[in-house]
Amino acid sequence: MTIYYTKDHEWIRVEGDTGTVGITSYAAGQLGDVVYVELPETGAKFARGDDFAVVESVKAASDVYAPVSGSVLEVNSALSEAPEKVNDAAEGDAWFVRVKLTDSGELSGLMDEAAYSAYCEGL
Amino acid sequence: MSMNTQGRPTAPAAVSTPVIDTVSGSRGLLQREDLLFEIGTPETTGVDLPTPRGLKDRLGGVKRKADTGLAGLSEPQAVRHYMRLSQKNYAIDLGLFPLGSCTMKHNPRLNEKMARLPGFADIHPLQPQATVQGALELIDELATWLKTLTGMPSVAMSPKAGAHGELCGMLAIRQALIARGEGESRKRVLVPESAHGTNPATAVQCGFIVDEIKADKRGRVDMADLKSKLARTDDIAGIMLTNPNTCGLFETDIKDIADLIHAAGGYFYCDGANFNAIVGRVRPGDLGVDAMHINLHKTFSTPHGGGGPGSGPTVFSEALAPFAPVPFVIKDEDSFFRLVEQTEGAAKDSFGRMVAFHGQMGMFVRALTYMLSHGADGLKQVAEDAVLNANYIQARLKHVMTPAFEGFCMHEALFSDAFTADGIETIDIAKALIDEGYHPMTMYFPLVVHGAMLIEPTETESKAELDRFCDALESIARRAAQGDETLKGAPYLAPAKRLDETRAARKPVLKWTAPLPEQIAAE
Repeated sequence: MTIYYTKDHEWIRVEGDTGTVGITSYAAGQLGDVVYVELPETGAKFARGDDFAVVESVKAASDVYAPVSGSVLEVNSALSEAPEKVNDAAEGDAWFVRVKLTDSGELSGLMDEAAYSAYCEGL
Repeated sequence: MSMNTQGRPTAPAAVSTPVIDTVSGSRGLLQREDLLFEIGTPETTGVDLPTPRGLKDRLGGVKRKADTGLAGLSEPQAVRHYMRLSQKNYAIDLGLFPLGSCTMKHNPRLNEKMARLPGFADIHPLQPQATVQGALELIDELATWLKTLTGMPSVAMSPKAGAHGELCGMLAIRQALIARGEGESRKRVLVPESAHGTNPATAVQCGFIVDEIKADKRGRVDMADLKSKLARTDDIAGIMLTNPNTCGLFETDIKDIADLIHAAGGYFYCDGANFNAIVGRVRPGDLGVDAMHINLHKTFSTPHGGGGPGSGPTVFSEALAPFAPVPFVIKDEDSFFRLVEQTEGAAKDSFGRMVAFHGQMGMFVRALTYMLSHGADGLKQVAEDAVLNANYIQARLKHVMTPAFEGFCMHEALFSDAFTADGIETIDIAKALIDEGYHPMTMYFPLVVHGAMLIEPTETESKAELDRFCDALESIARRAAQGDETLKGAPYLAPAKRLDETRAARKPVLKWTAPLPEQIAAE
């Protein structure tokens, strides 16, 4: 099990050929209080970089991009009722979707935790 | 001597000011005001009407069975309610309105006098055109001014707001692409990430796909990113660019941007929201712009909150002019002003019609009055003074706040929140400005600057007024830099305290419901 990060502040936790995707705590902090999360349908297919969800804070609405290509196995529908979970546990309970990876080779283009921390400090 | 023995004290006594919690909830002349439903009740009525007799019920089964539930109020109750609310309002007629990207300038009273002339105010859009020749001539005259100021050959007068003008411009671009047989293949519209939110929204509304261009370190379009987005050109519909941009900066590469877009086969839409900074000085037509809306209600006075409504005439280049919407005014050979309303003849390629009638007549009168009373030289000075005022604010505050970019600005000064201590945010500064008696600046926009504070003073303000504003903001900025936690609770002196925006967004209460009897009893 490995966690990867994108420059657009998504994380993906990979187990075999499935991945759990969410946004990072850094992103949640920058967004401010999250008030709405729009999730895709189960079965939806995305290419890497496609916007697959929307997260809305009081300040702004932001697209969430797919860190890898894949199809949606499950969505965290609890976020629709309780968007504040994104602020409380962005990298835990507040995952957005579980996906089946199309090409695990895409993971090599992502950052590990240390690289992502360094990236955020440079922002 | 004859003596007045009343002995009424006429000078204040020397006592320290206590904290006063009034019984009424009012604070002096700032009266506490409840909701209409809390003032009146459905059981009372403000007007006694006789019970109608002999009326035949023609509503059948759809007649209401229950009461409307509307609160009954007497006329003085209703009048006082709205009067009290209006006194809590902030307006350009009350003070400096530093809202960036909104050009909240003074609305000269001469505008109002002219707009109320019966020949303009009391006419109907369906009147025979022969009876409204003066009004049509005014529209034509204003169109001439707009075409002259922008250096563009054509203008659609009917759009009724800035975003409506954007829609007008993008619909014309779409129509032009369809006419070229490329309506389906050219779908990509480039939009800088600093753009007004309406730009991408308009593009999507017209069926285009938005492709975002990054800003560079100078706050302008990143030319390298733009060129990379133009690696493929056969799907390019155009670009939507604001100039000066939302960072208050002139896009110095604008000619090159226009050339690149045109070479790619696209059109150049310019968002004219910031025209006030360059009016009389720069003609967008000379910069390669194909379409631009003009906010009559900003650039030419009557800001929202100061006389509104909006009006967003849109100018077009030769390339887009044939596709402009109807109606428009033309002058016949016999000097008769005529409305072209059908998409035939001169308007055969028009994309159609956007509004029921001819546009915002009242705004046309006000804008032309503003132009004529300023004259060409006066309008030029408007732009110069607006830019000077913004730079004065930037210069006065740059030692305590952090300018977002180096160098001079145009008509608005942009600061980031880098100067604030940990825990103090832009919103705390904005709310503290309310306690100082000012409307907050635009905050958290543009998105490319962290904790952005965008201040547009306009040419309306004198140096003395700018100094008063800067004194207030400077003091707040120093407290923010020192980490003054009391800022987190501001405003303290406003009718309402800091609102819980998170709760309002997560659990919106959109309907008033009467408190239950036990709740009333508990109080």
